Amino acid sequence: MPALQAINVSKTYINHKALNKVSIEVAEQSIFGLLGPNGAGKTTLIRIINQISMMDEGQVLLDGKPIKPSDTARIGYLPEERGLYKKMKVGEQAVYLAQLKGVKRTEAIRELRKWFEKFEIASWWNKKVEELSKGMQQKVQFIATVMHKPKLLIFDEPFSGFDPINVNLLREEILNLRSEGATIIFSTHNMASVEELCDDIALINNSEVILSGSIKDIKHQYKPNIFSVDYRSKMPLEIDPSSFEVLKTTEGGDFLTSEIRLLNGSKANDLVSELLNKVEMQSFNEVVPSINDIFIQEVSSASKTQNRE
Amino acid sequence: MNKIFLIIQREYLTRVKKKSFVIMTFLGPVLMAAMIILPAFLADWSEATHKNIAVLDETGWYYEKFKDQDNISFYHVHQDLETDKEKALYEKGDLLLYIPKTELNIPVYAQLFSTKQPGLNVTSYIKSVMKREAENKKLLASGIDPKLIKSSKVKINLSTIRVEEGGIEKKSNTEVEVGLAIFAGILIYFFIFMFGAQVLKGVMEEKQSRIVEVILSSVKPFQLMMGKIVGIALVGLTQFLLWIILTGVFLGIFQSGFMGGNTDAMSMLSSQSQMAAATQEVSAGDPFAMVTEIISGINFKIMIFSFLFYFLAGYLLFASLFAAIGSAVDQDADTQQFMFPVSLPLIFSVAMSGVIINQPDSSLAFWLSMFPLTSPVTMMIRIPFGVPIWEIALSMSLLVIGFLASTWMAGKIYRTGILMYGQKVNYAIMWKWLRYRH
Repeated sequence: MPALQAINVSKTYINHKALNKVSIEVAEQSIFGLLGPNGAGKTTLIRIINQISMMDEGQVLLDGKPIKPSDTARIGYLPEERGLYKKMKVGEQAVYLAQLKGVKRTEAIRELRKWFEKFEIASWWNKKVEELSKGMQQKVQFIATVMHKPKLLIFDEPFSGFDPINVNLLREEILNLRSEGATIIFSTHNMASVEELCDDIALINNSEVILSGSIKDIKHQYKPNIFSVDYRSKMPLEIDPSSFEVLKTTEGGDFLTSEIRLLNGSKANDLVSELLNKVEMQSFNEVVPSINDIFIQEVSSASKTQNRE
Repeated sequence: MNKIFLIIQREYLTRVKKKSFVIMTFLGPVLMAAMIILPAFLADWSEATHKNIAVLDETGWYYEKFKDQDNISFYHVHQDLETDKEKALYEKGDLLLYIPKTELNIPVYAQLFSTKQPGLNVTSYIKSVMKREAENKKLLASGIDPKLIKSSKVKINLSTIRVEEGGIEKKSNTEVEVGLAIFAGILIYFFIFMFGAQVLKGVMEEKQSRIVEVILSSVKPFQLMMGKIVGIALVGLTQFLLWIILTGVFLGIFQSGFMGGNTDAMSMLSSQSQMAAATQEVSAGDPFAMVTEIISGINFKIMIFSFLFYFLAGYLLFASLFAAIGSAVDQDADTQQFMFPVSLPLIFSVAMSGVIINQPDSSLAFWLSMFPLTSPVTMMIRIPFGVPIWEIALSMSLLVIGFLASTWMAGKIYRTGILMYGQKVNYAIMWKWLRYRH
């Protein structure tokens, strides 16, 4: 059973449709990437899951049951637009946010002390938020999001405002939380971190899901049937033009690199045997598209069709 | 409901712990107590030391007229200015009053020499004696007997008596009521604005610091809004209560401080503070008895109950409107255009207070005390003059309906506005939010 399911969720604002029959399925203990260009509807969907906004139509199921107000205690949400009360002390504020999530005061203090130690910020407990740098505030916000041990975690651009060392710390914590049983929804424009962290993704564009599935499947699906070959040869490569197309050849040091597309149902093995006779091969790789490439390809082709319409 | 309690608690505690709250809480009563005590204290202080005044009267008109007072003694000197000044001021440490001779007119010019600032009681006594004497001389010069003038002076003593239903007569005195009316009206106005502005500031702080979305992932927008409004209302009530208690305490401390001194000042103080309670001195036979009678004629139970009611309900009405404004705008500067129409009725009701005091039963007064946006101030002004219970009940019910409606409206605007950034908000957009179904 998926940890979270959105089924045909629609939402219309005053004069614009923010979500149009959006369905996603987030597997238990997975990291799910919610991708899409600005204004596509990601934040609206996230707000609906958090019950900040109400959907017009559709259903959101948490552990197979329709989501209800008391479920907010089981969700941790780090919004993209985030901040803290500037005049309030750090520790007091974190305790307050934990209490709003239903954690008892004494337990919140105990748990928060642990997290503050772990993030090496224990000395900030009695500092006012306005005395902290932006990155420091982000750490506090992250702790406040996860300290009540929610089952479902939603991070919207969690790494923005962090230096590389802290990005690493955060990434490890996110993976830790997953291995401890949390399910994570992760919304970002940083495609490298999506490839690194996510199991499944959904790409939302113009209020609709245009692509979804596991990263492995999607990459497979978008394979352009192109192979990259490094080889040594004195002559330009000549291969059967009815089965293979040489897209480009570049010279790198003492070897050449060619990208070759398979035509008319020919297999990778056919290419290998063809090449074996002609050149001295050094490496042979399938060209796999990055999520970044797929994102750009899908979104721009969608906007092209839209423009044509 | 546990969550709304947490919000109320935070809103309350963060404000009550602020330095500005503590300062205001102590400064208010100190100022109030000072306003009551200081005049009595100053008067007593300047009179506390006994002053001897040497009188060098070259005209010979006045010196016999100065009679020894409680703290002032007069004695006659008759050498020349320099010698007498030397003697009185530097040898004896006294004051010297010098009235130089004039050739033609009645002398109205005098000089008072002293090494320290002479008290107000000294100068005013000298002035009044000389004035009376000079006037008498002038009257005599024109052939009028000053005694005749004196006996022709009358004092008009008009006491107004309000006849209530059932023929119960109560002595009423408009001056006392005017004082109470203005005090209560201004206080309501002041409290609504001061704490309403805190709601506006608090909502904007949450929006601008972007903490609001984090909190809304735990609580409903309406809970957050109401938690803030209620929390700040409690801050207002706390401050009000502390002011009353502390003013009493400060007055008590001051009075007991005087106890060791002289009983004169003590009695002066107590009469002064009673006077202040009545705000107006009544200049009839026994002023004190009269004031008490008037004060007991005003129904203080109704007065206090309605003050608390109109403060709370009026505050709830305006605070919810302020919360809606705070949620809709991004920057402080944008609040002005929305604040103006909301505050206008409140300012108008204060501006109209003079008219209403003159005619507390006019139809203008009646309608202003029914309309929820003006009723808190207007009704509080009217109540000391006596308002039929049904009018108060109707006005209160309308105010309750008013704040329920405004809270409902504000809730709708708030929940949309609070998460809306970078939009130039105008009334048309707010109207859309209002009709927008969630």
